[in-house]
Amino acid sequence: MFDVQKPETAVDQTAIKIAARNVQVFYGNTQAIKDVDVDIQDKTVTSFIGPSGCGKSTFLRCLNRMNDTIDSCRVEGEILLDGQDIYAPRVDPVQLRARVGMVFQKPNPFPKSIYDNVAYGPRIHGMARTKDEIDEVVEKSLRRAALWDEVKDRLDTPGTGLSGGQQQRLCIARAVATRPEVLLMDEPCSALDPIATAQVEELIDELKQRFSVVIVTHSMQQAARVSQKTAFFHLGNLVEYGDTNTIFTNPQDHRTESYITGRIG
Amino acid sequence: MTLLAFVILLAAVVIGYVMNLRAARAIRDGGTRMHSLEGFHGGYAALMTLVPTFFLIIVWLLFQDTVITAIVKAGLPAGVLGGKGTGEVQLIMSEIRSIAGGRIFGTPEDWKLEAAEHLVALRELSGWLLVAVTAALASAMMYISRRTVAAEFRARQGVERILHGLMVSCAVVAIFVTIGIVASLLFETIRFFQMVPFWDFVLGTNWEPQIPIREDQVAAEGAFGMLPVFLGTLVIAFIAMFIATPIGLLSAVYLHEFASRRVRGVVKPVLEVLAGVPTVVYGFFAILVIAPAIRSFGDNFGLPIAPNTALAAGSVMGIMLIPFISSFADDALGAVPRSLRDGSLAVGATQAETISKVLFPAAIPGIVGGILLAVSRAIGETMIVVMAAGLIAKMTINPLDSVTTVTVQIVTLLIGDTAFDSPKTLAAFALGMVLFLMTLCINILALRIVRKYREIYD
Ligand SMILES: Nc1ncnc2c1ncn2[C@@H]1O[C@H](COP(=O)(O)OP(=O)(O)O)[C@@H](O)[C@H]1O
Ligand SMILES: [Mg+2]
Repeated sequence: MFDVQKPETAVDQTAIKIAARNVQVFYGNTQAIKDVDVDIQDKTVTSFIGPSGCGKSTFLRCLNRMNDTIDSCRVEGEILLDGQDIYAPRVDPVQLRARVGMVFQKPNPFPKSIYDNVAYGPRIHGMARTKDEIDEVVEKSLRRAALWDEVKDRLDTPGTGLSGGQQQRLCIARAVATRPEVLLMDEPCSALDPIATAQVEELIDELKQRFSVVIVTHSMQQAARVSQKTAFFHLGNLVEYGDTNTIFTNPQDHRTESYITGRIG
Repeated sequence: MTLLAFVILLAAVVIGYVMNLRAARAIRDGGTRMHSLEGFHGGYAALMTLVPTFFLIIVWLLFQDTVITAIVKAGLPAGVLGGKGTGEVQLIMSEIRSIAGGRIFGTPEDWKLEAAEHLVALRELSGWLLVAVTAALASAMMYISRRTVAAEFRARQGVERILHGLMVSCAVVAIFVTIGIVASLLFETIRFFQMVPFWDFVLGTNWEPQIPIREDQVAAEGAFGMLPVFLGTLVIAFIAMFIATPIGLLSAVYLHEFASRRVRGVVKPVLEVLAGVPTVVYGFFAILVIAPAIRSFGDNFGLPIAPNTALAAGSVMGIMLIPFISSFADDALGAVPRSLRDGSLAVGATQAETISKVLFPAAIPGIVGGILLAVSRAIGETMIVVMAAGLIAKMTINPLDSVTTVTVQIVTLLIGDTAFDSPKTLAAFALGMVLFLMTLCINILALRIVRKYREIYD
């Protein structure tokens, strides 16, 4: 098992943050994920690609137990975060989600002020108690999400009044404000225009300094641009997993190759 | 006769539809490109015939009695109505009408019998006239719309225009009915204030509307201070909301967020049954169960408790309002997008935090709207308080005392001897006006709150 080091020390590129073993996911009687084994490294951007409906979101939601909120969903197998099984009975999914944050496909800011959106997590977890501490967390998170300069003069206006790209960055700020160790992003750019997309991608690159980032995307260019590791899913199976470069230049599996060259869609 | 007119109308509509449809088809089969589909040409004819003719029949039926009565009255022998008041004339006319209907009491004078015959004849005539006019108008409209059929005629737009006009007139009818109701209320209220000074009513603390009807009756002068009645309504409504709001909201949250599907499947229908119970039955419940329970509870502590307490009426009214609030809150919670809940859970919030910090604030407009509508209902609710609250107006906010409400007083004022020119009866209208203004204010407030939150949350 791995030591849980707060890695302010030298970046250990090969430290494995999340290890999934033999994961099966069912919705009722239909199986959405079959026999998935994957090791997600710390301080790395890992992208999940694959045709729609292949189970990328489903697998991603297993990593912070968001699937618990779907009644019909059942997860089997083992998912280890820093060596501890996150589906063990004594694990509290609520605390797990504070460590493994998530950004959704559609920006979903709360109908509250920008400030309250970002302060939501820290307040709930008691991470910042005084007004000054919260102010600091909010500013830091918004800066990290590259949104600070645009909103610093209107922190008390509703977060829902921002543009789509700004809303998504606000959601990223909200997710990083709880200082998670892993950040899951489910197609975070699918509702954004190219400029906003570029901003978010830049952000993801920044974020990997501190977190392990897992991003689902249907854009292969995006996967190639932002990620170091890529996993290709097809019909609920993890077909191929490896360095992004290798996957895109020299895929081992013919299905990966067909998808990358545009023959499976 | 009226039936015949409607049959003619229906036939004209169908024939007009078919004729235009056929004609349009013929043009299309001739190879011309039509602007509108054949169905629209048919529909245009049907509507063109239906709407004006139907309107004519309705207007005819509404006014025929007035017109006929006027003619009969004008035809009465000179002198028989001389020097009689409006009330007496009305009595005579209704006697003539009942003779015409075959109900003869005693031996009426000859001129009344003659007038009755006149009336019957006029009615007969009016019926035939209606049929004739209907037939004429319907066929004219059929003819006009048949003439319009042509390749370039915009029947589709025509149909839409007519339907649009119909919708507008329905809206106008609704508005006018409202205005009419308010106006009649206002009219009687003004008459009341001609007899009782405005400020005595609004600020008076004494409500004793029993006025002597005959000179020799011994009764109080009659006092019309609405404050105690108004206060009674507020006390009961407050008790009702005090019970209904927390229970309704919490049950909605439980059902929406925590209950398993099985529990939900049982509890929701039960709540709906609760909403369907007639208020009279709630009244029984208040009298037979709640009031004795409160009384024996009070006896244990040596508290003297009135037989009709505000608490009994208010709490039963609260029970009545639970499903109302709960279903509003349930809808409001259901309308909050799932993505918000997911977003909150994903930063590690518990379900309770998610509900109280995200779902509830987002659902507030709907919930507040529901609560305020419930308040309106509590204020206007009549049956439960008539049965379970008292009749005597007391200036008190003690829930264990007997109070009366605006609605109860309206009912008691209008039961029994009702001469529509005594302040006792007219006071009912003034109270009705108070009730109307109260609920109007609450509804405006509800709208404002909802709009304010919309601005914040959109
Ligand atoms: N809540 C759900 N209930 C039932 N089936 C679901 C649900 N969500 C996803 N699925 C099914 O699981 C499969 C994988 O879906 P998903 O993970 O959303 O795919 P992707 O994100 O790769 O497009 C699909 O076949 C989908 O129909
Ligand atoms: Mg998906």
